[in-house]
Amino acid sequence: MKFIDEFRNPELIRKTLEELEKIVEPDDHFRIMEVCGGHTYAIFHFGLHELVPKNIEFIHGPGCPVCVLPPGRVDEALSLAEKHEDVIFTAFGDVMRVPGKNGSPLTYKAMGVDVRMIYSPLDALDIAIKNPDKKVLLFAIGFETTAPSTALTVLRAKELDVDNFFVYSNHVKIIPVLESILAQPGMKVDGFIGPGHASVVIGAEPYNIVAEKYKKPVVISGFEPLDLLQSILMLIKQLKNGETKVENQYKRAVADEGNVRALQVMDQVFEDRTIFEWRGLGGIHNSALKLRPEFAKWDAEVHFNIEKINIEENKEARCGDVLKGIIKPNQCKLFGKVCTPENPVGALMVSSEGACATYYNHMFSTMSQ
Amino acid sequence: MCLAIPGKIVELLDDDYQYAMIDVSGVKRKVNVSLLKNEGLKENDWVLIHVGFAMNKISEKEATEQLELLKAIGEQEEAMEEVKGYQFE
Ligand code: SF4
Repeated sequence: MKFIDEFRNPELIRKTLEELEKIVEPDDHFRIMEVCGGHTYAIFHFGLHELVPKNIEFIHGPGCPVCVLPPGRVDEALSLAEKHEDVIFTAFGDVMRVPGKNGSPLTYKAMGVDVRMIYSPLDALDIAIKNPDKKVLLFAIGFETTAPSTALTVLRAKELDVDNFFVYSNHVKIIPVLESILAQPGMKVDGFIGPGHASVVIGAEPYNIVAEKYKKPVVISGFEPLDLLQSILMLIKQLKNGETKVENQYKRAVADEGNVRALQVMDQVFEDRTIFEWRGLGGIHNSALKLRPEFAKWDAEVHFNIEKINIEENKEARCGDVLKGIIKPNQCKLFGKVCTPENPVGALMVSSEGACATYYNHMFSTMSQ
Repeated sequence: MCLAIPGKIVELLDDDYQYAMIDVSGVKRKVNVSLLKNEGLKENDWVLIHVGFAMNKISEKEATEQLELLKAIGEQEEAMEEVKGYQFE
């Protein structure tokens, strides 16, 4: 337990770890999936995977929205901007490096396509207002954490009667993807660390299906090392007692019912897509959001004729297996050789929250120490 | 995009709780607070910000901890860049 003194609350960390050591028996083996990319990042950054008893294994979940994006989605939006000179492509920084068929948004930008990085969907609306002779395409992305913000931006566009602003929605939902993972044959996960921020919006209640139908415990967790360790302890206690409940370790930020207003605006603007393709996981029913017909005026998919682009994934790329928890990133043949954060092959290498990038950066920084 | 950035309300900019001026580590930025309309927001309250929108109210203690966490995992700069980047008026 060498680094513990560097943490805030080293005493509490030590106590939690001791309690974990006490209840985990030598024959136990627990596989815990942290759903959120932010949690993956924190676990590696603070070395929590090395602090907990050896027989607790972390499986990295699908909670990085850039990582689960099917290859092709970015290309579809970019080729629009390439074909139409009056289209401005806007997206968050995380999307800018997503490798596509003919390069990332940054490559397109270098080729002269009008690609702009934004920090808020409201920035995209602002660009539209300031450029009335252009059409601004917002490449909207994220789980329930960011979907309400996109919804509010659409409502604002309506209020201000902006008619050159179009949303290409890639918003996805956390519960359906968890269900899809739970339904996979050979699914090895024993319990889930629930995402903190998406849960601020959806609350704790929707996870009941995981606990009741699939009989797996869920603990919604904060991002501090102590939060995560406490959540792991809560999970292990449930597993030891044969319980499957939804518990909320992150009560200080997550209300059981979520942010009711955020849920309302989301529901006002979006409806479920019948099916949506997830990278490496295939099509999942009711797992993504598109604009409701009332907001068709701001829907890029209605306004433009978007050509579907299906990209063959590199056959050796095993992003799907990493997402399902079947292998660890370094078990993919391309890891660190062909696929690196500088030259990502798969999306899990793109965002710093992606499982493969986190793994890579961690291994690299340990080696250089 | 997934970063949650704590900030303190300096001024509510309209009666309708649409926008507030928020101080994030000394940088003042306009943030949309309409998702917290029913929370009775007032000056000096702390909120967590995602992509230009306040998502929930937090305590000062939680805000400080969150800022320290951002610093500890080296995301502080990215967070500040994000906040400074908000262009909307
Ligand atoms: S190393 Fe690259 S190709 Fe392999 S699983 Fe990770 S992201 Fe996918």
